[in-house]
Amino acid sequence: MSVRSKVIEAIQQIAKEQHVTLPALSDDLSLHETGFDSLAFAILVARLEDETGVDPFTISEDAAFPATVGDFVRAYENVPA
Amino acid sequence: MSPREIFALRDHLGAELKGRTISDAHDVVSLTDILSYTVLGGRLHELSGRAVLLKLSDQLRSGLAMIELDGIARRMLLCPPDLNPSHLEALIADAGIDAVVTDEPERWAETGVPLVVTAQLPLQATAPARTERATEWLMLTSGTSGVPKIAGHTLEALTGAIVAEGPARGPAPVWATFYDIRRYGGLQIFLRAVLSGGSLVLSDPHEALADHVARLNARGVSHISGTPSHWRKLLMSGSAAQFTPRYVRLSGEIADQAVLDGLKTAFPNSFVGHAYASTEAGVGFAVNDGLEGFPADYLGNRNGVEMKVVDGSLRIRSTRTAHAYIGRNAAPLTDSDGFVDSGDIVELRGDRYYFVGRRGGIINIGGLKVHPEEIEAVINRHPDVRMSRAKSRKSPITGGIVVADVILADGTDQVRVKEIRDQILEQCRAQLASHKVPAVIRFVEALDVTPAGKLARTDA
Repeated sequence: MSVRSKVIEAIQQIAKEQHVTLPALSDDLSLHETGFDSLAFAILVARLEDETGVDPFTISEDAAFPATVGDFVRAYENVPA
Repeated sequence: MSPREIFALRDHLGAELKGRTISDAHDVVSLTDILSYTVLGGRLHELSGRAVLLKLSDQLRSGLAMIELDGIARRMLLCPPDLNPSHLEALIADAGIDAVVTDEPERWAETGVPLVVTAQLPLQATAPARTERATEWLMLTSGTSGVPKIAGHTLEALTGAIVAEGPARGPAPVWATFYDIRRYGGLQIFLRAVLSGGSLVLSDPHEALADHVARLNARGVSHISGTPSHWRKLLMSGSAAQFTPRYVRLSGEIADQAVLDGLKTAFPNSFVGHAYASTEAGVGFAVNDGLEGFPADYLGNRNGVEMKVVDGSLRIRSTRTAHAYIGRNAAPLTDSDGFVDSGDIVELRGDRYYFVGRRGGIINIGGLKVHPEEIEAVINRHPDVRMSRAKSRKSPITGGIVVADVILADGTDQVRVKEIRDQILEQCRAQLASHKVPAVIRFVEALDVTPAGKLARTDA
């Protein structure tokens, strides 16, 4: 499974658990518009770390948290395997 | 005070009750005529009036030495098996130790402790000793990472709850405990066996659980106690099916409804009860209605035990508490009114108090305080879950999140794991505030339990 589909699947799973109705997940959708709160993002990052072995937001101290879904996916894609 | 008014352990051990034994995985010792034998090589008189460190590698000799020393030594300090040896020096100084009872005399030759007495089996015949004084019992607290604190007890305080309950009905009980008898929970069972006219079957840390249960059966164990973690391990092991105790007792950790129900199912003909006790607060109470928590009307003065809740934690005043912390810089054990703060946080729901966790065990989730035990109790209610541990994990977004490690029942179909995970999360969301719902659930094969029988939380 590609990194992108892993990330999208995790977002959809957490949305289901948190009873969040997601809009269509396009790359330029702002993360704010997903309806996720900070707890939902914390869960997402933790689950993806377990699945992919990386947490791109802790690795680098000055990593800015992404603004859009596309940025978020790329943060995982850009981590060297 | 004349020595006649003091009761030591030997005064509860008459020869009139036949067939009483104390045993471990290797030896069986008769308690019936125990007063005519010595584990101390006949050197008990040398220990009269001394402050004795009891540092033995096994429980059997420890128990036999306690029987001999009580009423003769001025004080005795019980060393549990997991005591960090680097703390010994401080403990010896704090307790004013001037003698040691050991099975490794060569180790003590150069230590400066003036008297070293070797405990050995088989026992040797000796003339019975007579009680000289009320010996102070010193016990070490568990769960602290530094030097453990020394809590001072008397035999009267230690046996207060046993005497209050009165003798057991029916045939003399054969007691067993998963605890080590050098810890408060295990010592209570040792003392119950001695005072009740019964026998005791000791645990062995090197024995497989199935072998232990076979031994409990072979020795006819009728009464048995352990922590909820001990019991969960037994329920998971599949060994419980062959075992039919009359009385099953839990203490030392929160007994949640899941473990109480699990034991009731595994032992349908047994009486299942949980008790609240700690090294410092002594035995507080027993709960025998099969439900977790305790009735709110236990607060106030009940059978000489006074309890109140202040700032969420249970406070206890009674003649069964330890009387002091012992040592050079010992903190006061009680507040100015004589209440011991147990550090156990309780919550009133309806007409019952529920234990939610330890004050010192709080984890910080995004600035909010969370008791891991409260989360585990909800997870454990899922019928496929055997045991769980909640802890915090760093999060770059909220600072911390809750993660849970879960052991599923043996033989759980792997196909169902995802479904079970969803059900656990659904259950948590229905019953817990959102920040307490685990972000990640991991299914694991085992969870560490400390030598004191409690779920290990050191890495939380």
